[in-house]
Amino acid sequence: MSWAFLRDLLSGVNKYSTGIGRIWVAVVFMFRLLVYVAAAENIWKHEHDEFECNIKQPGCENVCFDHFFPVSHIRLWALQLIMVSTPSLLVVFHVAYRENREKHHNQKLYKNPGKIDGGLLCTYLISLILKTGLEIVFLVLFYKLYNGFKIPRLVKCDIKPCPNTVDCYISKPTEKMIFLYFLVGTSCLCIILNLSELSYLIFKYSIKCYLKRQKRNSK
Amino acid sequence: MDWGTLQEVLGGVNKHSTSIGKIWLTVLFIFRIMILVVAAERVWGDEQQDFVCNTLQPGCRNVCYDHFFPISHIRLWALQLIFVSTPALLVAMHVAYTRHERKRQLKNSDKIDIEQLKNEKIHIRGPLWWTYTSSIFFRLIFEAVFMYVFYYMYDGYQMPRLVKCDAWPCPNIVDCFVSRPTEKTTFTIFMLAVSGICMVLNLAELCYLVIKICMKEPRKTT
Repeated sequence: MSWAFLRDLLSGVNKYSTGIGRIWVAVVFMFRLLVYVAAAENIWKHEHDEFECNIKQPGCENVCFDHFFPVSHIRLWALQLIMVSTPSLLVVFHVAYRENREKHHNQKLYKNPGKIDGGLLCTYLISLILKTGLEIVFLVLFYKLYNGFKIPRLVKCDIKPCPNTVDCYISKPTEKMIFLYFLVGTSCLCIILNLSELSYLIFKYSIKCYLKRQKRNSK
Repeated sequence: MDWGTLQEVLGGVNKHSTSIGKIWLTVLFIFRIMILVVAAERVWGDEQQDFVCNTLQPGCRNVCYDHFFPISHIRLWALQLIFVSTPALLVAMHVAYTRHERKRQLKNSDKIDIEQLKNEKIHIRGPLWWTYTSSIFFRLIFEAVFMYVFYYMYDGYQMPRLVKCDAWPCPNIVDCFVSRPTEKTTFTIFMLAVSGICMVLNLAELCYLVIKICMKEPRKTT
């Protein structure tokens, strides 16, 4: 069980996506998943070992690290990737449901089970709204948990058992900040792609509905 | 999920590339991605743990390491490889779109032969020529940008054995020693050389495509 599972899942979603949806899948693969696995994971690998406080008091480092990093950036990033990819499954399930229905009734109920119309359009729109919502939630979570997207070199800690206010040094803060900004940038790009796809689908189907109505009225 | 997925995606693009494009892909996979994964990652693996400063002051090592290596070579190379591979996706998307349109046309004329369609070689002409040429152009830009970033960030391509650091909380100017500097310099120069070769291949491919289209134009007019 690894990221390959997510990759296979998203490849399945690709078949039923619009053009913008396919660009979204490509961005998630190349600029988020691949960057996470190939580069970012290693930066945070030894973050606890390399977190150093200017004190010999046992337990002080542990307590300070836990206070300043309740959930590590890299874990939040992984959760974000998983949560943001999952709504696309709704579309896959709906298409599978349609195909199952056709098999069950042994007749062609839909012109093309994978075409985005009717109920599948609603499911697709819901998945887009969920994706966008989850992206925003995680960005806000990052911002609130870490007081912005900056990672300081030094944090001052005075939690027990630290005897007084102690200087603690974070490892590789600049590199972590660069990748954090990269994460924020790609998240924002994905939000823009999702919103464009949402507008495009709503616009396309409104025009279709309007033209249908015109045809009916003219008859 | 790792470089293997990238290999699958780019392998698909290989079918529709020129011969120079195929050589570029081979160089990318064997001399850059494979070297990165198999060798370079090990060399840089212990970089902060073995970065030693001549002081017992806690925090000095962390701060000095962060000051001299704002972003590690290995991460920069990974980003460079990802960015340089991305334009090929544009070509893959265009080819997929062209295939989709062909399938629609064939369906309308009741002549469906999916196997033939899958194996049909799509020639680089018309809009695909523009997509392909733009992708090579972007590749060149990304390569050049990353090479410049490396040069600017590390004052050249050599890894020093010793760096002098006086960032707070180091009490004074402290000597810090980089781990495996010669090995790192060797790999840096190797990756730089291969980047250069890839840029030359991209330029050659660009010239080839431009000459090809120019040769076709006079033939059309005559």
